[in-house]
Amino acid sequence: MAEGKKKAEKGAAKREKEEPRIGVYVCHCGINIAGVVDVKSVAEYASKLENVVVAKDYKYMCSDPGQQLLKDDIKEHNLNRIVIAACSPRMHEPTFRRALEEAGLNPFLFEQANIREHDSWVHMKQPKEATEKAKDLTRMAVARARYLEPQQKPKVKVEKAALVVGGGVAGIQSALDMADMGFKVYLVEKTPSIGGKMAQLDKTFPTMDCSACILTPKMVDAARHENIEIITYAEVEEVDGFIGNFKVKVRRRARQVLDDKCTGCGLCAEACPVEVPNEFDQGLGVRKAIYVPFPQAVPLVYTIDDETCLGCGMCEAVCGPEAIDYDQKDEVLELKVGTIIVATGFDQFDAARKPEYGYGRYENVITGLEFERLVNASGPTGGKLLRPSDGKEPHRIGFILCVGSRDAKVGNPYCSRVCCMYSIKNARLYKEKHPEADVYVFYMDIRAYGKGYEEFYRQAQEEYGIRFIRGRPGEVVEDPKTKNPIVRVEDTLLALPLEVELDLVVLAAGMEPARDSDKIQRLLRLSRSADGFFAEAHPKLRPVDTLTDGIYLAGTCQGPKDIPDTVAQASAAAARAAIPMAQGEVETEPIVAFVRKELCIGCRICERTCDFGVITMVDRKAQVNEAICKGCGACAAACPTGAMQIRHFTDEQIYAMIESAMREDGGKKEVKAEA
Amino acid sequence: MAEFEPKIIAFMCNWCSYAGGDLAGTSRLQYPPNARIIRLMCTARLDPAYVLKAFAEGADGVIVAGCHIGDCHYVTGNMKAEKRVEMLMKLLPELGIEPERLMLRWISAAEGERFANTMKEFIARIKKLGPSPLNISAR
Repeated sequence: MAEGKKKAEKGAAKREKEEPRIGVYVCHCGINIAGVVDVKSVAEYASKLENVVVAKDYKYMCSDPGQQLLKDDIKEHNLNRIVIAACSPRMHEPTFRRALEEAGLNPFLFEQANIREHDSWVHMKQPKEATEKAKDLTRMAVARARYLEPQQKPKVKVEKAALVVGGGVAGIQSALDMADMGFKVYLVEKTPSIGGKMAQLDKTFPTMDCSACILTPKMVDAARHENIEIITYAEVEEVDGFIGNFKVKVRRRARQVLDDKCTGCGLCAEACPVEVPNEFDQGLGVRKAIYVPFPQAVPLVYTIDDETCLGCGMCEAVCGPEAIDYDQKDEVLELKVGTIIVATGFDQFDAARKPEYGYGRYENVITGLEFERLVNASGPTGGKLLRPSDGKEPHRIGFILCVGSRDAKVGNPYCSRVCCMYSIKNARLYKEKHPEADVYVFYMDIRAYGKGYEEFYRQAQEEYGIRFIRGRPGEVVEDPKTKNPIVRVEDTLLALPLEVELDLVVLAAGMEPARDSDKIQRLLRLSRSADGFFAEAHPKLRPVDTLTDGIYLAGTCQGPKDIPDTVAQASAAAARAAIPMAQGEVETEPIVAFVRKELCIGCRICERTCDFGVITMVDRKAQVNEAICKGCGACAAACPTGAMQIRHFTDEQIYAMIESAMREDGGKKEVKAEA
Repeated sequence: MAEFEPKIIAFMCNWCSYAGGDLAGTSRLQYPPNARIIRLMCTARLDPAYVLKAFAEGADGVIVAGCHIGDCHYVTGNMKAEKRVEMLMKLLPELGIEPERLMLRWISAAEGERFANTMKEFIARIKKLGPSPLNISAR
């Protein structure tokens, strides 16, 4: 059987070098293409093009019977190039390449004409012109196909280690999953402790689990896991390489506390005379200049905040294990990993950007995250909700939804997905302790889409007596005497303008891409979707992959989501990242530079053009290090003689497309005229 | 005579602008059908000779579109394309071709609308300019 396969390969290899014998397939895509483009006439037209041996139209080329048709034709007609006019190659090129491979043909002898995304879907009311365009695009694809050459995908070994960027619940879950599968994981977190936003929350909807109670065991598991190395107070500085072999530089900032000596006893913080607002409590409480962000921090190692430390030496004086080291310097770690998971999370919308609600001006207008800290037992008020202006317990509370979400005015047209539920949860929390309180929720729509969410919402209405008022408040004003916020809103169900005087207003500030997303994007060459969050490779079929092989997304860095969705996605990303690591080697793109030595004049322009140091000169001719070439093509475009070329994107292929785009007879493969 | 329908060649990078075109498609944004897109992995691959070839073949306009500066999949590929297009802008008048017939645009994978608007805007511009001096069939 192995011999049979060898024979078939040999046969195919021979076929690939012969005169082009092209098969053209025009896909209907149901009515997606055929509803606009006259697919029969496109196939008919293609059948008359030079080198085209067979041309057909078919309902769904990507379906099993469609692929079978292709495979049968390759054998029957001895085809050595395939053109499919269908959807975008970004959609089904891998599918069709696989079909070619299964028929014994090199997968790179394939060209796809995009007559759906670039044609039938965008010229829906111009069927005649769309059909003409489809013919042109097909002719261009045939022209390029004549010049296609077989390519071998190089194989590279995959480092069995992963980097997880971001230590929130998403990063922790991804790290734990991969570590349990036996892979080494580096979990890098910017702040002094892992835990992320989830650690700041009080209770979680709809089960009312205490957030810390379900998160901290996971944090401890991560810290104890033999395969996980947690690197906190650290940021990724440089990422080089590609799937299988990323080289990452991580800067671990100096904590000025030795982590192997600090016991987390906290005597230093007691001694420290400096008090500053505590970021973990949203600035509502205070911490010292030497601190852990919260009592369950992992690692439980104190950190000196360089900006506020006076250098008085009090902490050093009381530290028994001599863990304080003022001279500690930043450390740059170099990691080698095969895959990377990005779990950099979100930042809360700055509610001051909605000045009509008075956040930042009126003391008794707070955000949802501030509310979480104020009702949390380890928060600045010991869990007692006291309003900021006078420290009294509020009797009337109003929650305003969609602050910075579903709001084109502030540039966030998307839904943040969690605010309805966390506001209802907070409303219920307060009502549970204070049944006599008046609690209002001002909403546009209630989006209770998750498992058990609608039930949770109904209970809030029916059993808790929380009042839901449909209407987006126009403004919040303050009674200067009592400091009571007054919400002005139209109840759109009753068509009544209302003024509701409250003791406290809580703004459900939405989710925004983390503030340092630009930096992460650049480091990892990610794309962003229109909402500013990182873009997945495909919204349905590759929801945790990115367009960069070996890099995956987990959690809210990809878009707003709640904890269950975040954890599910984190496990998905871990599973996806584990694939190349489990396989041990991956195929990489063969689209890299190569040199036609006979044309190279040794001018070294390519060498200077390349930003990646791929090109060196050997015997006064350019030489490409294909293993590190990224295939951008800058060198080929700069080469004055055409010696430098990119595999699968050669000058001949591109010229053939230009010519055939402009002329019916363009882009034909010329019989070699010059010797 | 029927209205002049320009022939336009568009060179687009695989990662951003070509994908932006795909998004225009999935969003069903309608735009005129005059452009024929040639996909490159990166605009850095754009040999200035490709643009000249397109005009020599009679194209009435050429669009080059890539990732926004800073977003390039290959870090700096689009900056190289920008320099080359600048050079072409100076060269084209010497050949008797109005530089307005060449356009460089950054279109991200998330900008389907920008893609469709670019097409509309550029095609309208070329219609106004009329056929290229090298477009023999339209003369």
